[in-house]
Amino acid sequence: MIEVLLIVVPLLLAGVAVVWPAERTRPWLLPVAGVLHVLLVAVLLVRPSSSPVNPWLGFDAVSRAVLPMVSILFLVCAAYAVSYLRIRADQSNKVFVAMLLSLHALFSFALQARHLGLLWIGVEAATLLTVPLLHFNNTARAIEATWKYLIVGGTGVALSLLGSFCLGYASLHGGGTGDLTFAGMVSQGPALSRPWLVAAWVLLLAGYGTKMGLAPMHTWKPDAYGEAPGVVGAILAGGATTIAFVAVLRVKQVVDAAGGGAMTERTLLVFGLFSMVVSSLYLLATRDFKRMLAYSSVEHMGILAVGAALGTAGLSAALYHVWNNGLTKGALFLSAGNIRRAARARTADTVSGMAWCTPVSARVLVVGLFAVTAMPPFGPFFSELGIIRAGLETHHGSAVAVFTICLLLAFIGLTRLMFAIVDGRPRAAARMERHAGREAAGVVIPPIVFLAFSLWLGLAAPPLLQKSWSSAAAYLEAVR
Amino acid sequence: MNDAQNLLVGMAMGLNLIGLASSRLTSLIRAAAIQGMVLGVLPLLLGHGANWWVILVAAATVVVKGFVIPALLRKALRAAHIDREVQPLIPFVPSLLLGAAATVGAVALSGLLPLRPEHAHSLLVPGSFATVVSGLLLLMGRAKAIAQVCGYLMLENGIYMFGLLLIGSTPIMVEAGILLDLTVAVFVVGIIVDRIQREFDTLDTRRLTELHE
Repeated sequence: MIEVLLIVVPLLLAGVAVVWPAERTRPWLLPVAGVLHVLLVAVLLVRPSSSPVNPWLGFDAVSRAVLPMVSILFLVCAAYAVSYLRIRADQSNKVFVAMLLSLHALFSFALQARHLGLLWIGVEAATLLTVPLLHFNNTARAIEATWKYLIVGGTGVALSLLGSFCLGYASLHGGGTGDLTFAGMVSQGPALSRPWLVAAWVLLLAGYGTKMGLAPMHTWKPDAYGEAPGVVGAILAGGATTIAFVAVLRVKQVVDAAGGGAMTERTLLVFGLFSMVVSSLYLLATRDFKRMLAYSSVEHMGILAVGAALGTAGLSAALYHVWNNGLTKGALFLSAGNIRRAARARTADTVSGMAWCTPVSARVLVVGLFAVTAMPPFGPFFSELGIIRAGLETHHGSAVAVFTICLLLAFIGLTRLMFAIVDGRPRAAARMERHAGREAAGVVIPPIVFLAFSLWLGLAAPPLLQKSWSSAAAYLEAVR
Repeated sequence: MNDAQNLLVGMAMGLNLIGLASSRLTSLIRAAAIQGMVLGVLPLLLGHGANWWVILVAAATVVVKGFVIPALLRKALRAAHIDREVQPLIPFVPSLLLGAAATVGAVALSGLLPLRPEHAHSLLVPGSFATVVSGLLLLMGRAKAIAQVCGYLMLENGIYMFGLLLIGSTPIMVEAGILLDLTVAVFVVGIIVDRIQREFDTLDTRRLTELHE
């Protein structure tokens, strides 16, 4: 019952947002939905229900491991959005608020979907709802980014639908009765038709990999994240990519159960390392600090894919990294959004000295940079260490070497650009902003909260969560 | 029954090539629309009997793909005063040859994939793969936003063809959801095309070059 409320509550509030008469008070619906959602998830987390999970839609081990992160991410972003939309009062916020709330409902839906078709519907609908959020700024650049997102993302979801059909046919050919729940297909196991299984894995990995932003299907990401408002970037980088990663994991479970484990691991490892190499090279070259965050996101998707290829221990560390990535990226996107608004520019050629203009946001950005490049004691350090350890235990020495070199290159690229923006003499336009005093508490506290979460995950990740990651990994890998 | 079905799939495959070869955007839209209608009729011939659900899906597909979407696209064309694709990224003859090669390849590939006995003599699998590849060629090879939308429609038609293999066995709810999603997708695309037109005063996606590294 509660698992359905997770979807219904944000959806109802989205409906309320559409009919809500007052522009000024409408954004408050976002934190209301966020608080209710976090409370519902907390109940599910602390008091798991004893009845068996619905085979179509339910709060199973995998949703348990990632859905609470998405819930926290949304709540903090919602608090930020209230202040952000007050600053951006030049635009109507009706569509923005309604779409953000519906997107939250769809994330809850897709993360709990345990049926091949329902999962696809969730991912597709989330892709479409993102469109109005991306061109909120309504500039020519934003519309260009939206078009590229729609064409690349649309092709990605189309391919994943074709892959879903192939997997369905594999089940049908193997004597299945048309039961396309993941549990049903896992129990069919090796009976699934092998050639169709291979076709399905290729198409589904390409499709959902596009949504994750794995290279070489990542091309929409720098454009979309670069042009979208910071708060949308945070929700996409932490939420939308997570549902795509979970989709890959659920499909992988079926393919593994059918005896394709060696194939899934090899392909995920190759795609993961390739994404890391490509993104770390782009990080060395880019001058735009919002596009930089997108490449960093591509890199972290690569880390997740590598983790998922390294057995139970690696997968458990990858699920831990889902949390670290989502919450640390939140701090970066929100503070970068603040800096971008104050500087009215986006590249290191035109922005400098932001430590003077936006002192709090610039400091959050620098600390967040160290967190996301895996400095102890922040969370990402420990999850990436876990992945490296899993790689060494499973004798993937050369993969671990590439992994570490890419992390180092990314660190060099990120720090180089970040300090170019933060240090130096501020430009004239930004100096005026300082006098306008635009660094309101409402837009600097949420990124600090994200940093606190990142620190908390590193220093004192609660045993309840650690257990949820390891049991989700065990659940997904038990089929081998 | 099977012959009529294969005839329609064959027509759809021919329409792929017509779409790839046509330089006039109106004929590309027409090819995509006819293909959508041909495929819309197909479920009626699959031998599941004419129950109300199959008839409903068929009617909705024919109306949406055959009339509503083409009308939207023609409206966008008139607003933008464009008529033909002048300089495609992949020229017409090579894209036609690639499309023909894809058709041959699809037939060869589907020979490798095992089929259930009731689908053994059906062209649905090669037809689906050939249409998907043709759609991708249009998406990648054309510069006009309208032509890319037509490519996306063909891609969808190909996937729809494959979905027909499963129509008897997947639950109704999922099919309804998928159909609804595809429809919404096209409307969203239509709105964005309109925005591009207003903002850039053109539907040439080559003008969308502000964002790069």
